[in-house]
Amino acid sequence: MNIVKAIKNIPSGIVKKGKAAGRAIAGFCKWLVNDIKDIGVTFKNGDWKTRVSYLIMGFGPLMRRQYLRGIMLLLFEIVYIFYMVGFGGSYLTDFGTLGTRGRGFNEDGTVYYGDNSFLILLFGLMTICYTLIFIFVWRVNVRQNKEAQMLLAKGKKLPTSGQDFRSLFDKHFDKTLLALPVTGIAVFTALPILFMICVAFTNYDFDHQPPARLFTWVGLDNFKSLLSWGQGIGSTFFSVLLWTLIWAFFATFLNYFLGMGLAMLINKKGIKFKKMWRTIFVITIAVPQFVSLLYVSKLFAGDGLINSYLMQWGWISKPLPFWTNGTWAKVTIIGINLWIGIPYLMLIATGLLMNIPEDLYESARIDGANRFQMFRKITLPYMLFVTGPYLLTSFTGNLNNFNVIYLLNQGRPGSDALGAKAGTTDLLITWLYKMTVNDTNYKLAAAIGIMVFIVTAVISLVVYNVLPSVKDEEGFQ
Amino acid sequence: MAKEKKLRKQHKKLDLTLSYILLTVLSIFWMLPFIGLILQSFRSYATEYGGMVAYLLPKQFSLDNYVFLFQPENKFLRWYGNTLIIASACAIIQTLVILCVSYVLSRMRFHGRKALMNIILVLGMFPGFLTMICLYFLLKEMGLTQAGAIPGLILISCASSGMGYYVCKGFFDTIPKSLDEAARIDGASRAKIFVQMIIPLSKPIVIYTALMGFLGPWCDYVFASYVAFGYSDSYNVAVAMQRWIWTNDYQGYFTRFCAGGVLIAVPVTLLFMALQKYYVEGVTGGAVKG
Repeated sequence: MNIVKAIKNIPSGIVKKGKAAGRAIAGFCKWLVNDIKDIGVTFKNGDWKTRVSYLIMGFGPLMRRQYLRGIMLLLFEIVYIFYMVGFGGSYLTDFGTLGTRGRGFNEDGTVYYGDNSFLILLFGLMTICYTLIFIFVWRVNVRQNKEAQMLLAKGKKLPTSGQDFRSLFDKHFDKTLLALPVTGIAVFTALPILFMICVAFTNYDFDHQPPARLFTWVGLDNFKSLLSWGQGIGSTFFSVLLWTLIWAFFATFLNYFLGMGLAMLINKKGIKFKKMWRTIFVITIAVPQFVSLLYVSKLFAGDGLINSYLMQWGWISKPLPFWTNGTWAKVTIIGINLWIGIPYLMLIATGLLMNIPEDLYESARIDGANRFQMFRKITLPYMLFVTGPYLLTSFTGNLNNFNVIYLLNQGRPGSDALGAKAGTTDLLITWLYKMTVNDTNYKLAAAIGIMVFIVTAVISLVVYNVLPSVKDEEGFQ
Repeated sequence: MAKEKKLRKQHKKLDLTLSYILLTVLSIFWMLPFIGLILQSFRSYATEYGGMVAYLLPKQFSLDNYVFLFQPENKFLRWYGNTLIIASACAIIQTLVILCVSYVLSRMRFHGRKALMNIILVLGMFPGFLTMICLYFLLKEMGLTQAGAIPGLILISCASSGMGYYVCKGFFDTIPKSLDEAARIDGASRAKIFVQMIIPLSKPIVIYTALMGFLGPWCDYVFASYVAFGYSDSYNVAVAMQRWIWTNDYQGYFTRFCAGGVLIAVPVTLLFMALQKYYVEGVTGGAVKG
């Protein structure tokens, strides 16, 4: 079968990826050398306007009457210099140590305002990023001078400021549209993620809270304690990871097949009021999850309705431990997740099932295929093919499915076998959350976050290479 | 032959009956929590208290819990308003951001396009809560926590919304490029094409994106509780309801939670049902293209 073949291809695929990465690095080095050479050549061949621009950005364009470009570049340089002198530079020098002395008291009893590791790390990173951007803009500045000179040498006119401005809505419309969104992503996603990656290599936790008690670089210590069995919390980490994977597997595939089944049941010829049936199930998607999940969680509680009724009817003598026994809690959570997930899959599958040409089934029926055979040979391959990417995103989404676990029972019950306050039903993500909010154990939370990233990335990469619909877009005809 | 036909007919009838029975049973399972929620929200607080009880049908129906919610000193209306403001702002701003990013990535070819898409993909693989303390600090520096949590939350959920461009870009990719080219030959600028041609053609995806932006904040618990920490005027409904049900006296607040849940769920559900068509279009489009 295809999948087996695809899985066999994984090792060679990884080798290929490695080779590609090697080529990419070699290409980058070559590009870098050429680029530096080009900067030199531009300087050598440049007129005095270009050469001054190497020091005073935007000088060339200003002298060539491209005022808009010139002023923007000059402003950028001035702001950068002010930033470095007045703010960023000092943080950069402390970046290696993350501060030497925290807030405390001088000998004469006055307050000593020392360093703050948090600020040094954050603003140090910010300064590094800003500097990289500055180098990039400086390179653009050099290139623009070169291009302007070439145009003038050919006897052509340079674009005026008005033309430059108008091009922002036409040829360079991408820059206009992307400016704000990309800045937002850089400041509110990329920078914080870089920050937390760095935190994973420090000892930032409850005992090292700046400004009074500073934290510092500790290398790979956090990962060692996360992955080692002896003194570390390796066994906890791996059992949480195992449950995360099991959960994601069931949450994805059980929902997938049962949801498809429900869609087929409703789509069946002869069933009336199709719309009404669908609406009933869709309500679970529409109602905000915190309402439905919190209510359901109380429904299964020890004094909840389900236990109460079962006891009234005399079926059980004491409440079933839906939330208090680890195994029960796991099964209950997977079950409740079906309640949430099946309607979602039903919606997706309904539309797709209608796309399968009816004559495929017709001819299969004439050939004497029964319903199960038709499902296996026609419906399933089609659905798997079309929804392959969805299955992948849904799997990785479930790895990080915070809401269901946290709203239902916050990862409880606890267990003696688990360290670092992890609960039996904790996913990596809820564990990470508790560490951040309850224990302020940021270093370990950051390390776990990086592990989540690695798991997600590896699974995505492997599945992506196996998926037929990604490899071969026209495959299913 | 006739006998076989009759048999097949009987078989089909049995099949359908079984299907109906199965559907009915499943429907009951699916509706039960909601029926319970509604019934208990009408339980009388005065005579039966607000705790969890061992029966589904209230002995006495009343509007006690709803009256409680509508008293201004209980802040429910304020929380509701907060959430409504955040949701509306997110719906508008996120839609604009996503449309811009999707248009550029779908239509324009520029230096660094692939790199940008890869960076967004990689950033998306990091769990979002990882950045919580850092974001909290950034917001605090701007004065957007506690009392200023509402604009702070809007800023956070909109700032990075460009990362969710996938579905929308997939839709734009299906609009033929020849339309653009024809318009460009006629002298239209990119901006004009985007505003006057692409956006009007994309009504379903605009509605889908706005709907998703609007629904998100109603469930936002994690960040909302972190940013508004200890300042109850800035809670959104999810945070507030959570506190009601998790505080130790949730016994007294249980029916109030139910009433609040109904008040929140009804408009959101109606909106969702009304726009369901667009939602299905969006998720199936997204599911297929990934």
